[in-house]
Amino acid sequence: MRFERRENASAALTILAPVGAILAALVIAGVLIAIAGANVLEAYGLILQGAFGSRLGVTETLTRATPLILTGLAAAVAFRAKLWNIGGEGQFYMGALAVTAFGLVPGLAGAPAPVVILACLVVGALAGATLLLVPAALKLRFGVDEVVTTLLLNFVTVLFVSLMIEGALRDPLAFGWPQSVPVPDAAVLPQLIERSRLHAGLLIALGLAVAVWWVQSRTVFGMQARATGLNARAAAFAGVPLGRTLALVACLSGGLAGLAGAIEVMGVKGYVTTDLSPNYGYSGIVIAMLANLNPIGVIGAALFSAVMFVGADSMSRALGIPSYIADVTVALSLLTMLVALFLTQYRVRR
Amino acid sequence: MNVIVDILASVGMWEAMFRIATPFILGTLGVLLCERVGVLNLGIEGIMTFGAMIGWLTVYSGGDLWAGLAAAAVFGAMFGLLHALMTVPLGLSQHVTGLGITLFASSFSYYVFRLAIPTSTSPPTIEPFRPVAIPGLSEIPFLGPVLFNQTAPTYLAILLVALIAWVLYRTPLGLAIRMTGENPHAVDAQGIDPILLRIGTIMAGSALMGLGGAFLTLAAFNSFFPTMVQGRGWICIALVVFALWRPGRALLGALLFAFFDAFQLRLQTAVDGVPYQIFLMLPYILSILALVLMARKARVPQALMQPYRRGER
Repeated sequence: MRFERRENASAALTILAPVGAILAALVIAGVLIAIAGANVLEAYGLILQGAFGSRLGVTETLTRATPLILTGLAAAVAFRAKLWNIGGEGQFYMGALAVTAFGLVPGLAGAPAPVVILACLVVGALAGATLLLVPAALKLRFGVDEVVTTLLLNFVTVLFVSLMIEGALRDPLAFGWPQSVPVPDAAVLPQLIERSRLHAGLLIALGLAVAVWWVQSRTVFGMQARATGLNARAAAFAGVPLGRTLALVACLSGGLAGLAGAIEVMGVKGYVTTDLSPNYGYSGIVIAMLANLNPIGVIGAALFSAVMFVGADSMSRALGIPSYIADVTVALSLLTMLVALFLTQYRVRR
Repeated sequence: MNVIVDILASVGMWEAMFRIATPFILGTLGVLLCERVGVLNLGIEGIMTFGAMIGWLTVYSGGDLWAGLAAAAVFGAMFGLLHALMTVPLGLSQHVTGLGITLFASSFSYYVFRLAIPTSTSPPTIEPFRPVAIPGLSEIPFLGPVLFNQTAPTYLAILLVALIAWVLYRTPLGLAIRMTGENPHAVDAQGIDPILLRIGTIMAGSALMGLGGAFLTLAAFNSFFPTMVQGRGWICIALVVFALWRPGRALLGALLFAFFDAFQLRLQTAVDGVPYQIFLMLPYILSILALVLMARKARVPQALMQPYRRGER
């Protein structure tokens, strides 16, 4: 058996790849559900019902998808340029924490809500971008591999958040629970649908997905970032400023992940704890890969993950299957997607 | 100053250094093997988590402690096989495959753990490995209790350093492994299949990662809880760079790292006024510093992260 490179991957195969990958992941996860002693079809039925079967389910799924779209975009723009930003989790927390700290600025209370919201979003994005600039600078200046540094910084950041919410940013009214001061009322994102947690952050995330697509496909910077990812040496030879391009990609990627944290805290939680993110940063990597790094595809991939997470919670309550099955399925879909992408590029010959 | 001298003079501190170092020694050896054969294995964090879980679960369901270690090694090798099949014959991105293995192996271990132990307010415990005093040697003042009163897996880890160094530098197999990491085409020309060699070596390395994880639940602690690996796998990846891909230096790096960790743990209780989070950050920051220091010196295996396809350059 050997593999032969296809001349050009057909459009149909490229679109089928994520569908096939997700189906394969669902089949493998189905085996795990069956081993646990539950009816697989019933379990998947309950997952769909939990995610779509009620008004609450739908709004929760969309609420859950919002940060996932943003962390997915963060990973997608970085991976396009072969900047391995695995630090989305840390940048998410940094963005969230920065917003609560910014809320303490005196005089903010009097400002009109749209101004406060915009300022908070900018602060969150800047915080995330700054955190990624450290490993990006270490890569550019000293040649330190950014995979390990961004991973390690995730742990440092969560400890830093813990330090802050037990110290300078502690909420004195939280009965001793370690949580940050709440974001100011003016910074709370408006609800989209009454009696739900769905907030305007979803629109921001969708808008940014389109914006990122536009930047990547219609601007010089987007072209340079893609060229850097495809072949850095050739790009440099063609006059692409590698350092500047990677620094900008780092700002964009870190900024998007920081924004995810800012929006989550402004739209859903209202304050920061060390369990604000159920691995949104890491899930973003899976989502980016499922979308084949396409910003518009990220929306669909984020929805798939959100359906799994929200649906598995209610399925778990009904059947007693651990809700970790959602994480297992999403992680499996990353592995199956890699194989599916391979099959779009190669054909198997005997 | 007195506090520091007291800590450094205590037997407990140096004895703890070896205990803390053990998972790092095993994990670093595992990463080292994979990278020496030319493959980056970011699956380590998840493989360690699964090793910790399956080792503990084996013992909890009535197995022997050694059976627990064996289970961790076998499952580690299985995840290694999955990683190897995707990165070696298929030549898929080693970054993304490794992260995928980590995400899959860790969420899978939480799933299995929750299935086996449905509800637990306080995690159930097992009877872990006890320190084994080596007769005679453990009587030596200071050195005795530090070096010769450790648990069996710690002795095993140190023996494995010597074994792997011997295999890598003194046997034809080791030469082939090192050569595959530098130039797989040359290995193929010698009639050795670099694909099979890579798959086998990754499996062996991943088995060591599983062992490193199992040490956490079978010797360092006595129970399993999610997220207990706490980035130890990532630190091992940094330690391999620090070790310049040599087993002896890997042992040294793991011990040095564990020294700082044992030291900060004791300093935490001895020093007032410094938040504990600062101390907990130190290991991660230290690892980043080590990477920065070694980045220029590092002589990375030349074929690291280069997939090998016969007839393709």
